[in-house]
Amino acid sequence: MPLNRRQILAGSALGAATLAVPAISLGQARPRVVVVGGGAGGATAARYIAKDSGGEVDVTLIEASKRYYTCFFSNLYLGGFRDYASIGHDYDGLAVNHGVNVVHDWASSVDTSARQVMLASGASVSYDRLVLSPGIDIKYDSVPGYSVEAQGRLPHAWKSGTQVKQLRAMVDAMPEGGTFIMVAPPNPYRCPPGPYERISMIAHLLSQGNPTAKIIVIDPKPKFSKQGLFQEGWENHYPGMVEWIGPDIHGGILNVNPETLEVETDFDTFKADAGTVVPGQKAGMIAQAAGVTDGDWAPIDPASMRSRADENIFVLGDASVASAMPKSAFSANSQAKVCANAVRGDLTDSRVFPARYANTCWSLIATDDGVKVGANYTAGEDSIEVADSFISQTGEDAATRRTTYEESEGWYAGITADMFS
Amino acid sequence: MSHRIRKPATGPVQLNDRTGSLMRQVGLVVLGIGCLSMLELPMAFAFDAEKALSSFRKCKACHEIGLDAESKVGPHLNGLDGRPASGLDDFAYSKAFFEAAQDGLTWDRDSLDEFIRMPKAFIKGTKMSYAGMRNPDERDNLIRWLLHFSPDGAELADANEKTELLGGSALAIEGDSAYGEYLSGECVTCHRVSGGDSGIPAITGWPKENFIHALYEYKERFRDNPVMQTVTARLGDEEMAALAAYFGTLPAQ
Repeated sequence: MPLNRRQILAGSALGAATLAVPAISLGQARPRVVVVGGGAGGATAARYIAKDSGGEVDVTLIEASKRYYTCFFSNLYLGGFRDYASIGHDYDGLAVNHGVNVVHDWASSVDTSARQVMLASGASVSYDRLVLSPGIDIKYDSVPGYSVEAQGRLPHAWKSGTQVKQLRAMVDAMPEGGTFIMVAPPNPYRCPPGPYERISMIAHLLSQGNPTAKIIVIDPKPKFSKQGLFQEGWENHYPGMVEWIGPDIHGGILNVNPETLEVETDFDTFKADAGTVVPGQKAGMIAQAAGVTDGDWAPIDPASMRSRADENIFVLGDASVASAMPKSAFSANSQAKVCANAVRGDLTDSRVFPARYANTCWSLIATDDGVKVGANYTAGEDSIEVADSFISQTGEDAATRRTTYEESEGWYAGITADMFS
Repeated sequence: MSHRIRKPATGPVQLNDRTGSLMRQVGLVVLGIGCLSMLELPMAFAFDAEKALSSFRKCKACHEIGLDAESKVGPHLNGLDGRPASGLDDFAYSKAFFEAAQDGLTWDRDSLDEFIRMPKAFIKGTKMSYAGMRNPDERDNLIRWLLHFSPDGAELADANEKTELLGGSALAIEGDSAYGEYLSGECVTCHRVSGGDSGIPAITGWPKENFIHALYEYKERFRDNPVMQTVTARLGDEEMAALAAYFGTLPAQ
């Protein structure tokens, strides 16, 4: 089969990925899109812009990692339901199948007037439209006593990767009857049910190998996502193991000590044998550097995900202010398609359709006990608004819960194919 | 198991009035309200046809039965009694069904009861996207009704007695495939374009009328998956026609 234009471009893109970016000259004739961040928002946006424009738009994806381990389903690794390799993905599909120029580098700053992204390697790459999907950065100082150094003893493990493996090892090494402590994050944060699914998975592990161990969740929030479902599940599957303490009891988190593994609150000091601290969060650094944030997050136009601060920049996923939409992979993937449609509309004569968004968050509480919450959304004047929503019910039968879990496995296969294939 | 015919707990599901008249115009001939009265049959084969038809609503996005029924998304269900698990030449069964047939699986009351109760547990790897019918009385009645169809499906011969698939108003619209491709973004976060159905079914290459019917079943809440109910809640006929047109162009899995 003779090579077509896209395949030739894909080949050159693969080669270019290892070279200094300015060496690319093909892009001069075509409109250029640069996407920063290869997660659920960025990978999807790069794939859809390249795929649907059929080579009309030159797409460069800047992502530091050569292999991307999903934050979603990292809890299932933690609980022993997935092996670590199964949540790892590479970018070959984007380059080979869609001609995306994948550059493994850090975006360090943006010159918005010259429309250039500066890379840590010293190269720069110019754009007509820039899509920022950098995910979150951790606000270490949001929890007194916590720091970059402290995460070695109290991993946040909120960006997948090594820390998740470290956390798993720490749980496995807990003494018999020991105590695990989570300091849960304040709103808003990535993956609202995530901390509580993590607790479920750690309880699952402990109930098998260390059944007299205890788990304490110290939460700065008075309530949390799927609270009724999680608390019912903990009572059913791990009776007496999990204690959740809200602010009306602990009265405020005063300090965490990574040396002694103590969490001091206004009410009492809790001593852990292993623990995790999930601090407050903010948009990834490049969003701050590009000047598109207002406070911690980047405001967007609900109709397109276009930055409120710069019409040439779009912001996706966790970093954006998506109002009613939670910070989730599903949300970012959904937003990426609206963005891709708008970007193509800006740069080519393709049709632009009205924005529509959706999200579902599945959580696993125990073996074959899955729950979900979800909604679809429309673009309002000032914000993204909920149109219809649903949530799993307490007291559902086992078959329903198993089907929900199986559905989540299907979703994982679906969304990762939609990002990377 | 009792052979007594129970009254339905609730009346048979009524076609939505809003869509009913248009649906009748489409007149897709698939199945009918059975004219057989249970009184004419020996008790062992007795069934409540109206109730069975109501149950069959859950099947008919994919399966046809009655005169002129054909295999489409799923195999037709005429002549099911004694049919081997992969017994139709005109249907591309999944590997799981060929293996089950090699192991000697044929359809009768017992095997159908096990299968319909929890399809994916009974035949691991089946592509049938149905979680299972929990109510044993409903299953029993449906199975008796299914098994009474002869291979030519002549038991439902009268077109005037046939009901139609849902969504005639959407079927009447020429689907905008480009719009459908955009809308499909919402579907393919879960449903893989390349097929594969671990937990979530493949939806490519379906006949347009079956695709629209399935969407309507969720929209009208005849099927109970809340994700799909939420997705379809805001799909109008134009969106459904567009999606059916787009997914219909992709190769079936």
